[in-house]
Amino acid sequence: MSHAKYNVINTHVHNIDGVAKVTGRATYTFDVKLPGMLYGKILRSPHAHAKIKNIDTSAAMALPGVKIVVTGKDTLGVKQGIWRRYEELCDEQVLPLEKVRYIGEPVAAVAAITEEIAEAALDLIEVDYEVLPAVYEPLEAIKKEAPTIHEGVERNVNVTRHIEWGDVDEAFEEADYIREDWFKCSGQAHMCMETRAAVSSFTPDGKLTCWASTQSAYYTQGLLAGVLGLREGDVRVLAPYVGGGFGGKFELDAAMFTSAVMSMKLFKPVKVCFTREEDFIASKRRTPMFYYVRTGIKKDGTFCARESRMFSNGGAYTGMGATALYLSGFFHSFPYKWRGYRYDGYRVYTNTLPSTSMRGFGAPQAMFCSEQQIDWICADLGLDPFEVRRKNGHTEGYEVPGQAFIQSCGLEQCINEIEKWVKSKGKLPANRGIGISSCGFMSGGIFNWFDSPYSFSSAVVTINVDGTVELHVGCQDIGQGSNTTMAIIAAETLGVKVEDIRVHSGDTAHCPADLGAWGSRQTLMAGNAVKMACEDAKKQLLEFAYAEMGINIVYDLDIKDRWAHIVARPERGLPYVDLVKKALRAKDGQRIMGRGYYTPHRKGMISPAYSYMMQAVDAEIDPETGKIKIHEVMTAHDCGQPINQLGLIGQLEGAASMALGYAYLEDMPMEDGKLMNPNLVDYKVIKAPEMPEAGIIEIDTFEPEGPYGAKEAGEGLTNPTAAALGNAIYNAMGIQMKELPITPERVLKALREKKEQEAQK
Amino acid sequence: MEKQVLRFKVNGDEYEVFIHPKTLLVEVIRDHLGLTGTKRGCETVSCGACTVNINGASVKSCSVLAVQCEGLEVTTVEGLEKDGKLSPIQRSFLDHGSFQCGFCTPGMLMSATAFISEAKNPTKDQIKESIEGNICRCTGYNSIVRAIEAVTAGKYKEE
Ligand code: FES
Ligand code: FES
Repeated sequence: MSHAKYNVINTHVHNIDGVAKVTGRATYTFDVKLPGMLYGKILRSPHAHAKIKNIDTSAAMALPGVKIVVTGKDTLGVKQGIWRRYEELCDEQVLPLEKVRYIGEPVAAVAAITEEIAEAALDLIEVDYEVLPAVYEPLEAIKKEAPTIHEGVERNVNVTRHIEWGDVDEAFEEADYIREDWFKCSGQAHMCMETRAAVSSFTPDGKLTCWASTQSAYYTQGLLAGVLGLREGDVRVLAPYVGGGFGGKFELDAAMFTSAVMSMKLFKPVKVCFTREEDFIASKRRTPMFYYVRTGIKKDGTFCARESRMFSNGGAYTGMGATALYLSGFFHSFPYKWRGYRYDGYRVYTNTLPSTSMRGFGAPQAMFCSEQQIDWICADLGLDPFEVRRKNGHTEGYEVPGQAFIQSCGLEQCINEIEKWVKSKGKLPANRGIGISSCGFMSGGIFNWFDSPYSFSSAVVTINVDGTVELHVGCQDIGQGSNTTMAIIAAETLGVKVEDIRVHSGDTAHCPADLGAWGSRQTLMAGNAVKMACEDAKKQLLEFAYAEMGINIVYDLDIKDRWAHIVARPERGLPYVDLVKKALRAKDGQRIMGRGYYTPHRKGMISPAYSYMMQAVDAEIDPETGKIKIHEVMTAHDCGQPINQLGLIGQLEGAASMALGYAYLEDMPMEDGKLMNPNLVDYKVIKAPEMPEAGIIEIDTFEPEGPYGAKEAGEGLTNPTAAALGNAIYNAMGIQMKELPITPERVLKALREKKEQEAQK
Repeated sequence: MEKQVLRFKVNGDEYEVFIHPKTLLVEVIRDHLGLTGTKRGCETVSCGACTVNINGASVKSCSVLAVQCEGLEVTTVEGLEKDGKLSPIQRSFLDHGSFQCGFCTPGMLMSATAFISEAKNPTKDQIKESIEGNICRCTGYNSIVRAIEAVTAGKYKEE
């Protein structure tokens, strides 16, 4: 915000974990080694759907060096899930007792003195399966005659979600033009560079410590306690450094569970790390979705109504999929004003790897369909896609009926900036096009399906005698830089420097509970908690300063740059460090300690605040091979007040690379439920040579609900890219891409079909 | 197969380890020497998280047997700093925010270090090629390219 002067916010601040990360000092769960530690390995199902009739572990147990072999029978058999409030959605036994539901599902685990022995022992476990008929696609699984995957779940429908506002049918009647399309959106692997990993250590005093590669130490603590029959307070989860998450690491995983179960039986530390292949086949994925979209619009470009039906491939279990189902439907309406809107989502169980949340949380799929269809409608009616988006876009103060209240909104400026940028490019050579797509995203979810009794975020700040600051937060840094963002907010609020702040996070024993890193929640929610805690501490200091300085109480005092002073007369004051020392003495030595928290109230159904953006993708298509070259990506982005300058750029560039991967490279093809490319040779991610320039135009807004005006950044930008690429290809070649990823084969097929159609005419 | 003795230098220090001849270099570095800065991200020599320098050249340490390093000099990420002073590329990574989760970072730094020592006024494309074998899931690479560019342009001196 240009109209507010900040000392630390949005300045060039190094990542506070940077030195640890560039020197190899940062220790991830993958690196943890404890005295006497054993190594665990997991036996996985080769069948997509089968009854477990018997498991014989005796030969494996007899192998020298093997310490334990466990199956579902050695566990409490708790059906768990992250939607804790809803029993029917807690459907996953991490080591199942009765049957397996996807290829790669854990059936047994071994702990041995070396990894090699544990691996060898897996081959000695004999599992007697009765193979059952399986089903892999949601549109098959929902049929009456399909096999039942979970007893009592009719037609394999796991969750449904209905969203509706306005009189949809009447609004369609007002439309001059209605268009319908079907889309197919693929899955995507989170592909965190650190695979799922955990080290559990259970000690004779009945306490469990678990190092986990997690996005939420608090969720991991709660979930582990639940499945192990322990008190939450007896479980300590540590996650000092996490090698990426992207939405795939806040559920309970098999590394956490099996290491903990085996450690509890052995009273020894047990480490379980997934191989890359295990990570691909058995750690969940972005939800594949089939979308039917029907949109009605007036001749002048005014949006009337939209009605969409979505069938998602839920895979074998619920996970975070229930949330993705809702958010996909909600963001499918974004960022536009519809007189009538109706969404019916069906999450369908199949015998495949479960699907869940992944960066964008269902929105990238929804936008791929929505933003392309809008461009096609514009072409059908001869309308300008920029103008139509401007005309129907969200504005400040708009209420998405019954769902959300929009406070800050820079959408129109985003559209204007991208329009300027696109026009400045002039006429492009043949086979090259620019496509656009706009969207918005949430700044943290309001929902509490985990049934947390704690506030959504909390922070405790303590000031040491020399003015250094201990900041304890529960928010989780998984690489997105939240530790740095919190340090910046704390430094700004207290009036000190970033190097004065030590951030403590990723340890449930010392940090207050926080829901963790998902749904773009931390900057706003944890940021507000940190700001509140620091204001609390600062107030205590300033109260003392009034007395010390003997000034009129109507004067405002503040601290900036380690200088406590009268706001109207900044030269009158005293050094912050002196103030801290004196205040301590005055308070009988009690430490200056501030507390802060954030729990959303009266913020609608989804989120307290929304970011907005428009993106343009400049792409070239080789008509002979169908290959795509991305020349450039440009985004105009409204994230409110940027807090962490370097972190923000990194997040937005990173989102562009992950979203480009989703748009044209990454795919998870399966045959009879078996993933065909579970390795980094065959699973293609963006590498440096393919990565285009990905510039950012920042749009200046102020979000009243966010700390210092900040809101979401970094997740939302995975939403527009696939659609923008689709639109670029449409503009370049006149073909409509309705299936993800946009592979050369699909491009060639569409080009052939177009030729055939033209020949027929 | 009999175990055998491997003598080599890591980060300037002489080491002698007694290993199975099939042991990978990355295993010796991480598990025998305890230098966990070097990471592993795959089983198919595809991710570059394990990249180290052998006699100055960047090598994926999961792709070589440790015994092949007999008498050679290996540098890992832990060997980049000298007496608490960070190397130019390390400082440039800090300034350019060229890491997020940091899991690819050690390998990325080693690829970059080997490249920088050879490169003369490289183009952007050459810089990108130099880290082609290193996957980063977080940053989108551009900040890494900017960091390498700044060093090759002489903006960072050895301290
Ligand atoms: S661990 Fe992936 S290339 Fe060596
Ligand atoms: S910084 Fe996370 S993989 Fe590169």
